[in-house]
Amino acid sequence: MRQKAVFIVPYALWIVLFVIAPLVLILYQSFFNIDGQFTVNNYLTYLTSSVYLKMTVASVWYAFLITAVTLVISYPTAYVLIHLRNKQFWLLLVILPTWINLLLKTYAFIGLFSRNGSINQFLQFVELGSHQLLFTDASFMFVAAYIEIPFMVLPIFNALAEINPSLINASKDLGATQWQTFRSVIWPLSLPGVKAGIQAVFIPSLSLFMITRLIGGNRVITLGTAIEEHFLTTQNWGMGSTIGVILIIAMFIVMFITGDTRQKGGRQ
Amino acid sequence: MKKLLSAFVGILVLCLLLAIGDYTMNRQTSGGGSHTLTVYNWGDYIDPALIKKFEHQSGYHVDYETFDSNESMLTKIRQGGTNYDVVVPSEYTVQRMKKEHLLAPLDHRKLPNLKYIDPQFLHRDFDPSNHYSVPYFWGTLGIVYNDQKIAGDQVAHWEQLWNPQLRNNIMLIDSARDVFAVALITQGKSVNTTSYQQLKQAQDHLKQLTPNVKAIVADEMKMYMEQGEAAVGITYSGDAREMMSVNHHLHYIVPTEGSNIWFDNLVIPRTAKNKQGAYQFINFMLKPENAAQNARYVGYATPNWKAKQELPKKVTDDQAFSPPHQTMRHLQTYHDLSLKTLGVYNDLFLEFKMFVK
Repeated sequence: MRQKAVFIVPYALWIVLFVIAPLVLILYQSFFNIDGQFTVNNYLTYLTSSVYLKMTVASVWYAFLITAVTLVISYPTAYVLIHLRNKQFWLLLVILPTWINLLLKTYAFIGLFSRNGSINQFLQFVELGSHQLLFTDASFMFVAAYIEIPFMVLPIFNALAEINPSLINASKDLGATQWQTFRSVIWPLSLPGVKAGIQAVFIPSLSLFMITRLIGGNRVITLGTAIEEHFLTTQNWGMGSTIGVILIIAMFIVMFITGDTRQKGGRQ
Repeated sequence: MKKLLSAFVGILVLCLLLAIGDYTMNRQTSGGGSHTLTVYNWGDYIDPALIKKFEHQSGYHVDYETFDSNESMLTKIRQGGTNYDVVVPSEYTVQRMKKEHLLAPLDHRKLPNLKYIDPQFLHRDFDPSNHYSVPYFWGTLGIVYNDQKIAGDQVAHWEQLWNPQLRNNIMLIDSARDVFAVALITQGKSVNTTSYQQLKQAQDHLKQLTPNVKAIVADEMKMYMEQGEAAVGITYSGDAREMMSVNHHLHYIVPTEGSNIWFDNLVIPRTAKNKQGAYQFINFMLKPENAAQNARYVGYATPNWKAKQELPKKVTDDQAFSPPHQTMRHLQTYHDLSLKTLGVYNDLFLEFKMFVK
């Protein structure tokens, strides 16, 4: 018993120093205005300013779209991967891009999407003419989804791998069609993975800011852009922290909606 | 368990070895003590050969550290515990540092080479008697255009940017003050205005520009303009020169009605450990042959008139980078605005960015 208590020390230290302390600091900071006086005005500004509210709606909408696109691509991918012979190898190929720096990947897309980029050169080659690809919503969504896909595939893959094959066999034995088996057995059992994937993708998507500038040309503005500006340019840390707190609340809401996985998944 | 433990120990030993290696290497490079001069500058903003030359002449060892924004540099110096001997802030940051008493006054007797600085770059309003700063490089905000996409006389003035024929063809620099400067100058206002009404008017004017704005980007603009992604870019003269050296269809214009002029300056922070060396270094950089060599390497305009004579004619005669006297008179520097006003600029800018096409 004593030994176990010792093992918890690094974890507890980590949580306190790098999770709880920063959260408390952000919350604390959000109650100060630019002159260092205690105030709740930051929250009032946030809630009454059409700029911030519109930005929040836009961020949630984009995050939702990115998550939806990622899920639509990732679920079938994970489903196919699980049935392949060398599934660990194929999974590795999906994970591999996460080893490359995010900025490098984004810059690679600039090369692909630009006026004289590979994609436009191909389009010209097949006589479809060149198109404006960069700085569009579509290209922003594409790159964001590309970056998030591994984080969605992985939990779904694990959830699918955990399913006991005899359950699927039983379903088939009892006369269920392929579709029925999927709907009533595989999907509910893989739901925890789907939910974990949504959590892992939705929250970071809310505050993407580097890609909004590099690929979106700042025509897509998310809360992350505002936080960056408040911390780096205007030095209004209070307002930046307030938006940070809003993001944390959004995170808890998403966790709450997608939480409670086991029970619900089992009952359906 | 045993395997885990040995792996754990292995990693620890590796970390220890790396730490020792790092320590010994650092000790070798930094001589330590008063024989070191620490220079804190923007990245790639000095000819490395000059540092070697200075080390050779003075016997000091130079520690060269870099920053990427005035704000991050300021935060670091404000927090103390640093011992930078020479720092290179922009003009509005000099003003702020002066206000916060972070700078040591300069003894001009120890800087005889100050006489080589062109008088029009001395006694500017951010440091009226150059009591704290010496100009290092200067530049302007202006218009870069691609002659394959648009003729030069179509973009010679700020208000021409609003022309519908530039639809979806302009790139703006992602900086509230620079973008607002464009609108304020077009409306004949000061780029340092603190009047909310004037700023609001400027924002309304900017919103009309949105159909023409392709993107609002930072450093990436260089790459985009070089690749011909847009016809027009609003950016700084230094970046413009870099773009133009890659793509010869690009040209730079400073509109005659005015623009922003900026200065990067050499200063000595109050916390400097080696003031003696700092003076020597500044004086060394002011020496015409060194200033000329540095200007050739960095590519920005030097405020050193003697050094300018040593540069190739092609560089110094370029109207874009040394605008005619008439234009120079209309150029304005940014003042250090209060954080509140800066907040207003940025909030309005954020709103402008969100304004849908």
